[in-house]
Amino acid sequence: MIKNISNLGDAAIYCDFGKDVNEKINSNVISYFNHLKKLIRENKIEGITNLTPSYNKLIISFDLSITNFKKITKILENLKVINNNRQDSKKIKIPLCCDEKYALDLISLSKKLNISRNGIIDLHLNKEYYCYMTGFIAGMPFLGDIHESIRVDRLQTPRVKVPKGSIGITEQFCNIYTFESPGGWNIIGNTPLKVFDKLNLNSPSLIKPGDKVSFYKITKQEYLNWNE
Amino acid sequence: MSDTYFEILRSGTNSSIQDKGRTHLYHIGITISGAMDQRIFSISNALVNNNLNEGVIEFAYQGPLLQLKNGSVNFVITGNVVFNILRKNSIIEEGKRFQSYLLEKEDQIDIIYTKDSVFGYLAIEGGFKIEKVWDSYSVNTKAKIGPNNGEKFSAGEKIYIKKSEVNNFVKKKIDYNNSVTTTIRTTKGTNFDYFSEEAKNKFFNEEYQVTNLSDRMGMRLEGPKLENIVNTNIKSEGLVKGVVQVPADGNPIIMFSDHGSIGGYPKIAVVITADHDKAAQLAPGSRIKFKEVNLDEAESLFKTYSKDTKSYLEKIK
Repeated sequence: MIKNISNLGDAAIYCDFGKDVNEKINSNVISYFNHLKKLIRENKIEGITNLTPSYNKLIISFDLSITNFKKITKILENLKVINNNRQDSKKIKIPLCCDEKYALDLISLSKKLNISRNGIIDLHLNKEYYCYMTGFIAGMPFLGDIHESIRVDRLQTPRVKVPKGSIGITEQFCNIYTFESPGGWNIIGNTPLKVFDKLNLNSPSLIKPGDKVSFYKITKQEYLNWNE
Repeated sequence: MSDTYFEILRSGTNSSIQDKGRTHLYHIGITISGAMDQRIFSISNALVNNNLNEGVIEFAYQGPLLQLKNGSVNFVITGNVVFNILRKNSIIEEGKRFQSYLLEKEDQIDIIYTKDSVFGYLAIEGGFKIEKVWDSYSVNTKAKIGPNNGEKFSAGEKIYIKKSEVNNFVKKKIDYNNSVTTTIRTTKGTNFDYFSEEAKNKFFNEEYQVTNLSDRMGMRLEGPKLENIVNTNIKSEGLVKGVVQVPADGNPIIMFSDHGSIGGYPKIAVVITADHDKAAQLAPGSRIKFKEVNLDEAESLFKTYSKDTKSYLEKIK
Protein backbone atom coordinates (compact mmCIF):
# COMPACT_ATOMS: atom_id res chain seq x y z
CA MET A 1 0.00 0.00 0.00
CA ILE A 2 2.92 2.36 0.64
CA LYS A 3 4.26 3.50 -2.73
CA ASN A 4 7.44 5.10 -1.51
CA ILE A 5 9.34 5.56 1.74
CA SER A 6 11.85 8.36 2.24
CA ASN A 7 13.35 10.30 5.09
CA LEU A 8 11.95 13.65 6.18
CA GLY A 9 15.02 14.99 7.91
CA ASP A 10 16.86 12.63 10.25
CA ALA A 11 14.02 11.97 12.71
CA ALA A 12 10.97 11.25 10.56
CA ILE A 13 9.85 8.86 7.85
CA TYR A 14 7.74 10.02 4.94
CA CYS A 15 5.38 7.35 3.60
CA ASP A 16 3.77 8.21 0.29
CA PHE A 17 0.61 6.25 -0.57
CA GLY A 18 0.07 7.74 -4.04
CA LYS A 19 -0.40 11.16 -5.54
CA ASP A 20 -4.19 11.30 -5.66
CA VAL A 21 -6.56 12.38 -2.94
CA ASN A 22 -9.37 9.88 -2.58
CA GLU A 23 -11.04 7.73 0.01
CA LYS A 24 -9.31 4.53 -1.05
CA ILE A 25 -5.77 5.90 -0.74
CA ASN A 26 -6.66 7.70 2.47
CA SER A 27 -8.15 4.58 4.03
CA ASN A 28 -4.81 2.84 3.36
CA VAL A 29 -3.06 5.68 5.21
CA ILE A 30 -5.48 5.36 8.12
CA SER A 31 -5.11 1.58 8.24
CA TYR A 32 -1.35 1.97 8.62
CA PHE A 33 -1.88 4.70 11.19
CA ASN A 34 -4.22 2.51 13.27
CA HIS A 35 -1.97 -0.51 12.96
CA LEU A 36 1.14 1.39 14.07
CA LYS A 37 -0.76 3.12 16.86
CA LYS A 38 -1.72 -0.27 18.23
CA LEU A 39 1.86 -1.55 18.05
CA ILE A 40 3.06 1.55 19.88
CA ARG A 41 0.41 1.14 22.57
CA GLU A 42 1.43 -2.48 23.05
CA ASN A 43 5.10 -1.42 23.30
CA LYS A 44 5.99 -3.44 20.23
CA ILE A 45 7.83 -0.58 18.52
CA GLU A 46 10.38 1.60 20.22
CA GLY A 47 11.08 5.25 19.79
CA ILE A 48 8.13 6.49 17.69
CA THR A 49 6.96 9.87 19.03
CA ASN A 50 4.23 10.82 16.55
CA LEU A 51 2.17 9.57 13.64
CA THR A 52 0.68 12.14 11.28
CA PRO A 53 -1.75 10.80 8.70
CA SER A 54 -2.91 13.17 5.96
CA TYR A 55 -4.75 12.75 2.63
CA ASN A 56 -2.20 10.46 1.04
CA LYS A 57 0.85 10.53 3.33
CA LEU A 58 1.82 9.20 6.71
CA ILE A 59 4.67 10.83 8.59
CA ILE A 60 6.27 8.84 11.39
CA SER A 61 8.35 10.91 13.79
CA PHE A 62 10.82 9.23 16.10
CA ASP A 63 13.33 9.91 18.82
CA LEU A 64 16.74 9.71 17.18
CA SER A 65 18.37 8.75 20.47
CA ILE A 66 16.29 5.54 20.53
CA THR A 67 15.84 4.48 16.91
CA ASN A 68 16.58 5.60 13.36
CA PHE A 69 15.37 5.66 9.76
CA LYS A 70 16.78 2.24 8.85
CA LYS A 71 15.28 0.42 11.84
CA ILE A 72 11.79 1.80 11.33
CA THR A 73 11.90 1.33 7.56
CA LYS A 74 12.72 -2.32 8.17
CA ILE A 75 9.74 -2.65 10.51
CA LEU A 76 7.49 -1.02 7.91
CA GLU A 77 8.72 -3.36 5.18
CA ASN A 78 7.82 -6.40 7.28
CA LEU A 79 4.48 -5.06 8.42
CA LYS A 80 1.35 -6.80 7.19
CA VAL A 81 -1.38 -4.20 7.20
CA ILE A 82 -4.84 -4.90 5.90
CA ASN A 83 -7.26 -2.16 5.03
CA ASN A 84 -9.60 -2.53 7.98
CA ASN A 85 -10.77 1.01 8.15
CA ARG A 86 -14.45 0.23 7.94
CA GLN A 87 -14.51 -1.51 11.31
CA ASP A 88 -13.29 1.54 13.19
CA SER A 89 -15.20 4.30 11.47
CA LYS A 90 -18.31 5.81 12.97
CA LYS A 91 -21.11 7.99 11.64
CA ILE A 92 -21.47 11.48 13.08
CA LYS A 93 -24.23 14.02 12.52
CA ILE A 94 -23.36 17.67 12.88
CA PRO A 95 -26.01 20.39 13.38
CA LEU A 96 -25.47 23.31 11.03
CA CYS A 97 -26.99 26.76 11.27
CA CYS A 98 -26.90 28.77 8.05
CA ASP A 99 -28.41 31.96 9.39
CA GLU A 100 -26.85 35.09 7.84
CA LYS A 101 -25.13 35.79 11.12
CA TYR A 102 -23.02 32.63 10.74
CA ALA A 103 -22.91 31.95 6.98
CA LEU A 104 -20.32 34.65 6.34
CA ASP A 105 -19.66 33.83 2.71
CA LEU A 106 -22.96 32.37 1.56
CA ILE A 107 -24.13 35.49 -0.28
CA SER A 108 -20.87 35.93 -2.19
CA LEU A 109 -20.73 32.19 -2.94
CA SER A 110 -24.26 32.32 -4.28
CA LYS A 111 -23.23 35.09 -6.69
CA LYS A 112 -19.98 33.39 -7.66
CA LEU A 113 -21.58 29.98 -8.29
CA ASN A 114 -24.86 31.30 -9.59
CA ILE A 115 -26.72 28.94 -7.25
CA SER A 116 -29.26 30.16 -4.71
CA ARG A 117 -28.24 30.21 -1.05
CA ASN A 118 -30.66 27.41 -0.25
CA GLY A 119 -29.43 25.52 -3.29
CA ILE A 120 -25.84 25.59 -1.95
CA ILE A 121 -26.97 24.45 1.48
CA ASP A 122 -29.09 21.64 0.04
CA LEU A 123 -26.16 20.38 -2.03
CA HIS A 124 -24.05 20.45 1.12
CA LEU A 125 -26.62 18.68 3.31
CA ASN A 126 -27.27 16.00 0.71
CA LYS A 127 -23.95 14.23 1.04
CA GLU A 128 -22.17 12.10 3.56
CA TYR A 129 -18.55 13.12 3.97
CA TYR A 130 -15.43 11.18 4.74
CA CYS A 131 -12.88 12.50 7.25
CA TYR A 132 -9.45 12.42 5.60
CA MET A 133 -7.51 13.84 8.52
CA THR A 134 -7.62 16.16 11.50
CA GLY A 135 -5.14 18.89 12.27
CA PHE A 136 -3.75 22.29 11.37
CA ILE A 137 -5.51 23.47 14.51
CA ALA A 138 -6.50 21.00 17.22
CA GLY A 139 -9.27 18.69 16.10
CA MET A 140 -10.06 20.41 12.79
CA PRO A 141 -11.51 17.73 10.49
CA PHE A 142 -10.78 17.80 6.75
CA LEU A 143 -13.91 16.33 5.14
CA GLY A 144 -14.68 15.45 1.55
CA ASP A 145 -15.69 15.36 -1.14
CA ILE A 146 -18.22 18.15 -1.51
CA HIS A 147 -20.56 18.34 -4.51
CA GLU A 148 -18.71 19.33 -7.69
CA SER A 149 -20.91 22.33 -8.38
CA ILE A 150 -20.04 24.09 -5.09
CA ARG A 151 -16.24 23.78 -5.28
CA VAL A 152 -14.42 27.12 -5.03
CA ASP A 153 -10.93 28.43 -4.25
CA ARG A 154 -9.91 29.84 -0.90
CA LEU A 155 -10.78 33.47 -0.17
CA GLN A 156 -8.36 35.86 -1.85
CA THR A 157 -7.58 37.46 1.45
CA PRO A 158 -7.86 35.05 4.37
CA ARG A 159 -9.80 36.21 7.43
CA VAL A 160 -7.70 37.14 10.43
CA LYS A 161 -10.34 35.56 12.67
CA VAL A 162 -12.75 32.84 11.64
CA PRO A 163 -15.28 32.26 14.46
CA LYS A 164 -15.17 28.98 16.36
CA GLY A 165 -17.64 26.43 14.99
CA SER A 166 -17.57 27.83 11.44
CA ILE A 167 -18.09 25.34 8.61
CA GLY A 168 -15.94 26.19 5.62
CA ILE A 169 -15.59 24.84 2.11
CA THR A 170 -12.82 25.04 -0.48
CA GLU A 171 -11.83 22.85 -3.45
CA GLN A 172 -13.24 19.36 -2.80
CA PHE A 173 -13.15 19.77 0.98
CA CYS A 174 -15.16 20.97 3.94
CA ASN A 175 -13.88 21.66 7.46
CA ILE A 176 -14.98 22.80 10.88
CA TYR A 177 -13.05 25.50 12.75
CA THR A 178 -12.68 23.95 16.21
CA PHE A 179 -11.15 27.17 17.55
CA GLU A 180 -11.21 30.77 16.46
CA SER A 181 -8.34 30.96 14.03
CA PRO A 182 -7.08 32.75 10.93
CA GLY A 183 -8.36 31.05 7.80
CA GLY A 184 -9.29 31.36 4.16
CA TRP A 185 -12.13 28.86 3.67
CA ASN A 186 -15.59 29.99 2.50
CA ILE A 187 -17.88 29.96 5.53
CA ILE A 188 -21.38 28.58 4.91
CA GLY A 189 -22.58 28.26 8.50
CA ASN A 190 -21.71 27.40 12.06
CA THR A 191 -22.24 24.49 14.43
CA PRO A 192 -22.95 24.84 18.14
CA LEU A 193 -21.66 21.29 18.69
CA LYS A 194 -18.39 20.88 20.56
CA VAL A 195 -16.27 19.13 17.94
CA PHE A 196 -13.09 19.34 19.97
CA ASP A 197 -13.05 19.21 23.77
CA LYS A 198 -9.65 19.97 25.17
CA LEU A 199 -10.72 18.88 28.63
CA ASN A 200 -11.60 15.39 27.41
CA LEU A 201 -8.07 14.04 27.45
CA ASN A 202 -8.93 10.51 26.33
CA SER A 203 -10.94 11.38 23.28
CA PRO A 204 -10.84 15.12 22.61
CA SER A 205 -11.82 14.89 18.92
CA LEU A 206 -15.39 14.00 18.08
CA ILE A 207 -14.42 13.27 14.48
CA LYS A 208 -11.52 10.98 13.65
CA PRO A 209 -9.90 10.16 10.30
CA GLY A 210 -12.02 7.54 8.53
CA ASP A 211 -15.29 8.63 10.15
CA LYS A 212 -18.36 9.50 8.10
CA VAL A 213 -19.89 12.91 8.73
CA SER A 214 -23.16 14.44 7.63
CA PHE A 215 -24.80 17.74 8.43
CA TYR A 216 -28.39 18.64 9.32
CA LYS A 217 -29.92 22.06 9.39
CA ILE A 218 -30.96 23.83 12.58
CA THR A 219 -32.61 27.21 13.04
CA LYS A 220 -31.01 30.19 14.71
CA GLN A 221 -33.26 29.62 17.72
CA GLU A 222 -32.15 25.99 17.99
CA TYR A 223 -28.56 27.15 17.67
CA LEU A 224 -28.93 29.67 20.49
CA ASN A 225 -30.70 27.14 22.73
CA TRP A 226 -28.15 24.42 22.02
CA ASN A 227 -27.17 22.58 25.16
CA GLU A 228 -24.88 19.56 25.17
CA MET B 1 3.53 27.67 56.56
CA SER B 2 2.62 30.00 53.71
CA ASP B 3 2.99 28.96 50.11
CA THR B 4 6.21 29.83 48.38
CA TYR B 5 5.75 31.59 45.05
CA PHE B 6 7.22 34.02 42.57
CA GLU B 7 5.31 37.20 42.00
CA ILE B 8 5.78 38.41 38.44
CA LEU B 9 6.70 42.09 38.59
CA ARG B 10 7.52 42.20 34.86
CA SER B 11 6.64 39.37 32.55
CA GLY B 12 9.25 39.84 29.82
CA THR B 13 8.55 39.46 26.10
CA ASN B 14 7.62 35.80 25.90
CA SER B 15 7.89 33.89 29.16
CA SER B 16 6.16 30.53 29.50
CA ILE B 17 6.49 27.13 31.10
CA GLN B 18 8.17 24.51 28.93
CA ASP B 19 9.47 20.99 29.26
CA LYS B 20 10.63 18.49 26.66
CA GLY B 21 7.26 18.76 24.88
CA ARG B 22 4.32 16.54 23.89
CA THR B 23 4.23 13.35 21.87
CA HIS B 24 1.57 11.32 20.05
CA LEU B 25 -0.81 14.23 19.41
CA TYR B 26 0.12 15.48 15.92
CA HIS B 27 -2.73 13.42 14.46
CA ILE B 28 -5.35 15.48 16.29
CA GLY B 29 -3.64 18.76 15.48
CA ILE B 30 -1.68 19.30 18.67
CA THR B 31 1.97 20.02 18.07
CA ILE B 32 5.05 19.08 20.10
CA SER B 33 5.85 22.45 21.73
CA GLY B 34 8.59 22.13 24.38
CA ALA B 35 11.84 23.99 25.01
CA MET B 36 13.31 25.63 21.92
CA ASP B 37 16.85 24.87 23.11
CA GLN B 38 16.55 21.34 24.46
CA ARG B 39 20.15 20.99 25.59
CA ILE B 40 20.36 23.99 27.91
CA PHE B 41 16.83 23.19 29.10
CA SER B 42 18.03 19.75 30.33
CA ILE B 43 21.16 21.27 31.81
CA SER B 44 19.08 23.81 33.76
CA ASN B 45 17.19 20.98 35.45
CA ALA B 46 20.35 19.00 36.16
CA LEU B 47 21.95 22.02 37.88
CA VAL B 48 19.14 22.15 40.44
CA ASN B 49 18.90 18.38 41.03
CA ASN B 50 15.67 17.90 39.06
CA ASN B 51 14.68 15.13 36.72
CA LEU B 52 15.65 16.37 33.26
CA ASN B 53 12.06 16.87 32.08
CA GLU B 54 10.80 19.09 34.89
CA GLY B 55 8.93 22.23 33.77
CA VAL B 56 11.04 25.41 33.67
CA ILE B 57 10.41 29.02 32.67
CA GLU B 58 11.55 29.75 29.14
CA PHE B 59 12.02 33.38 28.20
CA ALA B 60 13.04 35.17 25.01
CA TYR B 61 14.92 38.48 24.58
CA GLN B 62 13.86 40.34 27.73
CA GLY B 63 13.10 37.95 30.59
CA PRO B 64 10.87 38.39 33.62
CA LEU B 65 11.45 40.25 36.90
CA LEU B 66 10.41 37.91 39.69
CA GLN B 67 10.15 38.37 43.42
CA LEU B 68 10.19 35.42 45.78
CA LYS B 69 7.43 35.39 48.37
CA ASN B 70 8.01 33.22 51.46
CA GLY B 71 10.46 30.33 51.81
CA SER B 72 13.59 29.98 49.73
CA VAL B 73 14.52 28.43 46.38
CA ASN B 74 17.50 26.97 44.62
CA PHE B 75 17.51 28.37 41.07
CA VAL B 76 19.67 28.47 38.00
CA ILE B 77 19.62 30.38 34.73
CA THR B 78 20.96 28.84 31.54
CA GLY B 79 21.51 30.45 28.18
CA ASN B 80 23.59 33.46 27.22
CA VAL B 81 21.63 35.52 29.72
CA VAL B 82 22.42 38.79 31.50
CA PHE B 83 20.67 38.94 34.87
CA ASN B 84 20.91 40.40 38.35
CA ILE B 85 19.87 39.14 41.73
CA LEU B 86 18.39 41.95 43.81
CA ARG B 87 18.80 40.95 47.44
CA LYS B 88 16.29 42.28 49.95
CA ASN B 89 19.02 44.34 51.65
CA SER B 90 19.36 46.29 48.34
CA ILE B 91 22.56 44.58 47.35
CA ILE B 92 22.65 43.87 43.62
CA GLU B 93 24.52 40.73 42.65
CA GLU B 94 25.49 40.21 39.05
CA GLY B 95 24.10 36.80 38.10
CA LYS B 96 26.28 34.13 36.54
CA ARG B 97 24.61 31.75 34.13
CA PHE B 98 24.96 27.98 34.47
CA GLN B 99 25.38 28.15 38.23
CA SER B 100 22.82 27.66 40.96
CA TYR B 101 21.92 30.25 43.59
CA LEU B 102 19.97 30.28 46.80
CA LEU B 103 17.21 32.89 46.73
CA GLU B 104 15.63 34.04 50.00
CA LYS B 105 12.17 35.51 50.43
CA GLU B 106 11.70 39.04 49.08
CA ASP B 107 14.81 38.67 46.85
CA GLN B 108 14.28 39.37 43.15
CA ILE B 109 15.64 37.90 39.92
CA ASP B 110 15.88 40.47 37.15
CA ILE B 111 16.45 38.76 33.81
CA ILE B 112 17.62 41.62 31.64
CA TYR B 113 18.23 40.06 28.25
CA THR B 114 19.48 37.13 26.21
CA LYS B 115 22.74 38.32 24.69
CA ASP B 116 23.39 37.46 20.99
CA SER B 117 20.79 34.75 21.30
CA VAL B 118 17.05 34.31 21.84
CA PHE B 119 16.08 31.80 24.55
CA GLY B 120 17.07 31.28 28.17
CA TYR B 121 15.77 29.09 30.99
CA LEU B 122 15.06 29.52 34.68
CA ALA B 123 14.84 26.25 36.60
CA ILE B 124 14.14 25.83 40.29
CA GLU B 125 14.78 22.82 42.48
CA GLY B 126 11.63 20.69 42.78
CA GLY B 127 9.82 22.54 39.98
CA PHE B 128 6.70 24.67 39.83
CA LYS B 129 3.29 23.77 41.23
CA ILE B 130 1.60 23.56 37.85
CA GLU B 131 -0.70 20.91 36.40
CA LYS B 132 0.42 19.15 33.27
CA VAL B 133 -1.90 19.27 30.26
CA TRP B 134 -1.72 16.29 27.93
CA ASP B 135 1.18 14.98 29.90
CA SER B 136 3.32 18.06 29.46
CA TYR B 137 3.95 21.41 31.13
CA SER B 138 4.58 23.09 27.78
CA VAL B 139 2.52 26.12 26.84
CA ASN B 140 1.57 26.76 23.22
CA THR B 141 0.30 30.33 23.11
CA LYS B 142 -0.81 30.16 19.45
CA ALA B 143 -3.10 27.16 20.00
CA LYS B 144 -3.89 28.08 23.62
CA ILE B 145 -2.82 24.62 24.75
CA GLY B 146 -1.13 23.84 28.04
CA PRO B 147 -1.24 25.08 31.63
CA ASN B 148 -2.12 28.70 32.39
CA ASN B 149 -4.86 28.30 29.72
CA GLY B 150 -2.13 28.16 27.13
CA GLU B 151 -1.10 31.75 27.85
CA LYS B 152 2.33 33.22 28.43
CA PHE B 153 2.97 34.75 31.85
CA SER B 154 1.80 38.28 32.56
CA ALA B 155 2.69 40.81 35.24
CA GLY B 156 0.92 40.37 38.56
CA GLU B 157 0.56 36.59 38.27
CA LYS B 158 1.90 34.23 40.90
CA ILE B 159 3.87 31.12 40.06
CA TYR B 160 3.70 28.64 42.92
CA ILE B 161 6.68 26.50 43.82
CA LYS B 162 6.44 22.84 44.87
CA LYS B 163 9.27 22.87 47.38
CA SER B 164 8.61 25.61 49.93
CA GLU B 165 12.11 25.77 51.37
CA VAL B 166 15.67 24.71 50.55
CA ASN B 167 17.37 23.03 53.50
CA ASN B 168 20.82 22.15 52.32
CA PHE B 169 21.88 24.34 49.42
CA VAL B 170 24.92 23.14 47.50
CA LYS B 171 26.08 25.36 44.65
CA LYS B 172 26.45 23.59 41.33
CA LYS B 173 27.94 25.01 38.17
CA ILE B 174 29.48 24.15 34.83
CA ASP B 175 31.40 26.02 32.18
CA TYR B 176 29.18 26.12 29.16
CA ASN B 177 30.54 27.03 25.79
CA ASN B 178 27.86 29.19 24.14
CA SER B 179 29.01 28.83 20.57
CA VAL B 180 27.16 30.92 18.03
CA THR B 181 26.79 29.35 14.63
CA THR B 182 26.29 30.74 11.17
CA THR B 183 25.93 27.41 9.38
CA ILE B 184 22.77 25.36 9.62
CA ARG B 185 23.05 21.83 8.35
CA THR B 186 20.11 20.26 6.55
CA THR B 187 19.13 17.18 4.63
CA LYS B 188 17.22 17.57 1.36
CA GLY B 189 13.48 18.00 1.81
CA THR B 190 10.80 15.83 0.24
CA ASN B 191 10.04 18.54 -2.36
CA PHE B 192 13.64 19.47 -3.13
CA ASP B 193 13.06 18.82 -6.82
CA TYR B 194 10.20 21.34 -6.95
CA PHE B 195 12.89 24.02 -7.11
CA SER B 196 14.93 25.22 -10.07
CA GLU B 197 18.64 24.35 -10.30
CA GLU B 198 19.40 28.00 -9.67
CA ALA B 199 17.22 27.98 -6.54
CA LYS B 200 18.91 24.84 -5.22
CA ASN B 201 22.32 26.45 -5.70
CA LYS B 202 21.27 29.68 -4.07
CA PHE B 203 19.76 27.85 -1.10
CA PHE B 204 23.04 26.14 -0.23
CA ASN B 205 25.49 28.84 -1.28
CA GLU B 206 24.05 32.21 -0.44
CA GLU B 207 23.28 33.93 2.84
CA TYR B 208 19.90 34.22 4.49
CA GLN B 209 18.96 36.69 7.15
CA VAL B 210 16.75 35.90 10.14
CA THR B 211 13.80 38.34 10.18
CA ASN B 212 11.73 39.77 13.03
CA LEU B 213 8.89 37.46 12.03
CA SER B 214 10.36 34.65 14.06
CA ASP B 215 8.93 32.99 17.12
CA ARG B 216 8.35 29.60 18.72
CA MET B 217 6.27 28.59 15.71
CA GLY B 218 8.75 29.34 12.98
CA MET B 219 11.60 31.47 11.70
CA ARG B 220 11.09 33.48 8.56
CA LEU B 221 14.21 34.11 6.52
CA GLU B 222 14.99 36.65 3.87
CA GLY B 223 17.50 36.26 1.07
CA PRO B 224 17.65 35.06 -2.50
CA LYS B 225 14.11 34.10 -3.58
CA LEU B 226 13.71 30.41 -4.37
CA GLU B 227 12.01 29.70 -7.65
CA ASN B 228 9.52 26.83 -7.58
CA ILE B 229 9.14 25.19 -11.00
CA VAL B 230 6.52 22.56 -10.12
CA ASN B 231 3.83 23.81 -7.75
CA THR B 232 3.86 26.37 -4.94
CA ASN B 233 1.30 24.29 -3.01
CA ILE B 234 1.28 20.64 -2.07
CA LYS B 235 -1.57 18.56 -0.68
CA SER B 236 -1.55 19.35 3.05
CA GLU B 237 0.57 16.86 4.96
CA GLY B 238 2.39 16.48 8.26
CA LEU B 239 5.17 18.79 9.40
CA VAL B 240 8.03 18.17 11.80
CA LYS B 241 10.37 20.49 13.68
CA GLY B 242 13.18 21.66 11.41
CA VAL B 243 11.29 21.51 8.11
CA VAL B 244 12.19 24.40 5.80
CA GLN B 245 9.03 25.34 3.88
CA VAL B 246 8.99 27.70 0.93
CA PRO B 247 5.66 29.46 0.24
CA ALA B 248 4.88 31.14 -3.07
CA ASP B 249 6.83 34.30 -2.16
CA GLY B 250 10.07 32.27 -2.34
CA ASN B 251 11.30 33.04 1.18
CA PRO B 252 12.13 30.02 3.35
CA ILE B 253 10.57 29.43 6.79
CA ILE B 254 12.06 27.05 9.37
CA MET B 255 9.44 25.24 11.49
CA PHE B 256 10.03 25.23 15.24
CA SER B 257 8.40 23.73 18.34
CA ASP B 258 4.94 25.33 18.04
CA HIS B 259 4.55 24.74 14.28
CA GLY B 260 1.15 23.68 12.93
CA SER B 261 0.75 19.91 12.73
CA ILE B 262 0.15 19.99 8.98
CA GLY B 263 1.00 22.38 6.18
CA GLY B 264 0.73 22.78 2.45
CA TYR B 265 3.96 24.46 1.33
CA PRO B 266 6.78 22.59 -0.41
CA LYS B 267 9.62 21.38 1.83
CA ILE B 268 13.01 22.24 0.38
CA ALA B 269 15.07 20.96 3.30
CA VAL B 270 14.99 19.79 6.92
CA VAL B 271 17.36 21.10 9.60
CA ILE B 272 19.19 18.18 11.21
CA THR B 273 18.25 17.42 14.82
CA ALA B 274 21.78 18.23 16.02
CA ASP B 275 21.30 21.83 14.82
CA HIS B 276 17.77 22.52 16.18
CA ASP B 277 19.03 24.19 19.36
CA LYS B 278 21.58 26.33 17.54
CA ALA B 279 19.08 27.42 14.89
CA ALA B 280 16.51 28.40 17.53
CA GLN B 281 19.05 30.70 19.18
CA LEU B 282 19.64 32.81 16.04
CA ALA B 283 18.45 36.33 16.76
CA PRO B 284 16.74 38.46 14.08
CA GLY B 285 19.38 40.04 11.88
CA SER B 286 21.68 37.00 12.06
CA ARG B 287 23.10 35.89 8.74
CA ILE B 288 23.19 32.18 8.08
CA LYS B 289 24.08 29.68 5.40
CA PHE B 290 22.58 26.27 4.83
CA LYS B 291 24.84 23.29 4.31
CA GLU B 292 23.67 20.02 2.83
CA VAL B 293 24.47 16.76 4.62
CA ASN B 294 23.19 13.26 3.91
CA LEU B 295 21.21 11.11 6.33
CA ASP B 296 24.25 9.14 7.57
CA GLU B 297 26.11 12.36 8.33
CA ALA B 298 23.04 13.80 10.07
CA GLU B 299 22.78 10.69 12.26
CA SER B 300 26.43 10.76 13.19
CA LEU B 301 26.26 14.51 13.95
CA PHE B 302 23.35 13.72 16.26
CA LYS B 303 25.51 11.13 18.07
CA THR B 304 28.15 13.81 18.63
CA TYR B 305 25.47 16.25 19.84
CA SER B 306 24.11 13.66 22.31
CA LYS B 307 27.59 12.80 23.53
CA ASP B 308 28.34 16.47 24.17
CA THR B 309 25.05 16.94 26.03
CA LYS B 310 25.77 13.86 28.11
CA SER B 311 29.25 15.03 29.00
CA TYR B 312 27.84 18.36 30.26
CA LEU B 313 25.28 16.49 32.34
CA GLU B 314 27.92 14.14 33.76
CA LYS B 315 30.05 17.07 34.85
CA ILE B 316 27.17 18.22 37.05
CA LYS B 317 26.82 15.00 39.09
